[in-house]
Amino acid sequence: MDLTLKIWRQKNASDKGKMVDYKVTNISEHMSFLEMMDVLNEQLVNSGDEPVAFDHDCREGICGMCSMYINGEAHGPDRGVTTCQLHMRMFKDGDTITIEPFRAAAFPVIKDLVVDRSAFDRIQQAGGYISVNTSGNTQDANSIPISKHAADEAMDAATCIGCGACVASCKNSSAMLFVGAKVSQYALLPQGQVEATDRVQNMVAQMDLEGFGNCTNTGACEIECPKGISLENIARMNRELMKASF
Amino acid sequence: MSRFFKSSIGRKVAMALSAFFLMFFLLQHFAINILSVFSADTFNEVSHFMGTNPLIQFVLQPVLIFGVVFHFVMGFILELKNRSARNIAYVKNNGSANSSWMSRNMIWSGVAILAFIILHFIDFWFPEINTKFIEGDWSGMHGGELRYFHELQEKFVSPIRVGAYVLAFVFLALHLLHGFTSAFQSMGATAGRKKTLQNIGKAYSILIPLGFIIIALYHHFNHIH
Repeated sequence: MDLTLKIWRQKNASDKGKMVDYKVTNISEHMSFLEMMDVLNEQLVNSGDEPVAFDHDCREGICGMCSMYINGEAHGPDRGVTTCQLHMRMFKDGDTITIEPFRAAAFPVIKDLVVDRSAFDRIQQAGGYISVNTSGNTQDANSIPISKHAADEAMDAATCIGCGACVASCKNSSAMLFVGAKVSQYALLPQGQVEATDRVQNMVAQMDLEGFGNCTNTGACEIECPKGISLENIARMNRELMKASF
Repeated sequence: MSRFFKSSIGRKVAMALSAFFLMFFLLQHFAINILSVFSADTFNEVSHFMGTNPLIQFVLQPVLIFGVVFHFVMGFILELKNRSARNIAYVKNNGSANSSWMSRNMIWSGVAILAFIILHFIDFWFPEINTKFIEGDWSGMHGGELRYFHELQEKFVSPIRVGAYVLAFVFLALHLLHGFTSAFQSMGATAGRKKTLQNIGKAYSILIPLGFIIIALYHHFNHIH
């Protein structure tokens, strides 16, 4: 298929940036979106132009590196997938595709479609862990009984890959689905209880400090999340913060 | 506790608490107004009680005013904060793909409701305050009978005002269709109760504004005849 691409080009963090049009031809519908971007970049390199910078790593929907706001949606029009898992069969021959970086004040653009998502790392560092002594006296994993329901919910929350699609999709650039998932995966398990109070308070404080917006419960994050992280995690984070504060 | 209410989540909780209070107020306001359709005398008696009872006038009324002002001011503060969280807008954004119009436009339905409240204050609240607190007339009487029903009828003669009221209640319904469940979500309502809350929310959001619309139309057409 032949496509017109409207892509955000920005030389560096301080450059103003603009949308630039490109044509790509003979794109197979079996290609992933990133493979289509590879074709474009090969074309650009061959013609002596600067290739489009974009984030990617595993290309199998696990690492959370690929981003891109495609035709007005994070990771494009498909559901439950990252951009690397988005196939070109979702588009039609002759389509014009708009490709922008994830937009949030807390995710500044580094170059083209690459944004700095280290705000997520700092939120994690503020409390997204448990402090355990693993030096030779690790407990057996099954020594603490955990209900199947709690284990499943914790595991569902832990599938968050921290890609930032929730922030990109939210009209307020809120990070609450991400932080909610990270708080929940520990709040649901006995191992997370020891530091529960500090964890939620510190992670929410760091989230606010980074300049993310508030949650207005539009639910866009849940729909666009490639891992289907539930809004229930935001409600749980709210409960955890109330429990920790009063 | 002060740290909590300074946090993003704390502010949303404060927003939700004021919303609960306002939704409860709306329910009692409706319960009293609907009396006007069935019995002018009962409506007059209840209105007189609400308008002259010291607990309602000097305790609940200031709390209500605070609740209304707080909900609007906090709404605007949160809107400004949220807007600043995305300093560069998307060239193409497909919001309808993942969220409802109501959820994305709470500020605009809110502004429409604010405009209505100003009209409503000019219509009813300011004259009421003037009669009671400036003129010092707490009798509630006019022409030998309680005045409230007659005042209500007079206001709904104008088709323009009735039209404005109907439009405002449509915006109120849109605001509530997202706001009702959103308030519970902000308070951390669990997923198990979500479906029930959504159904109660839908019923409340449609029936209460519709009821107010029916009251306005009833008095408009009844008075013309």
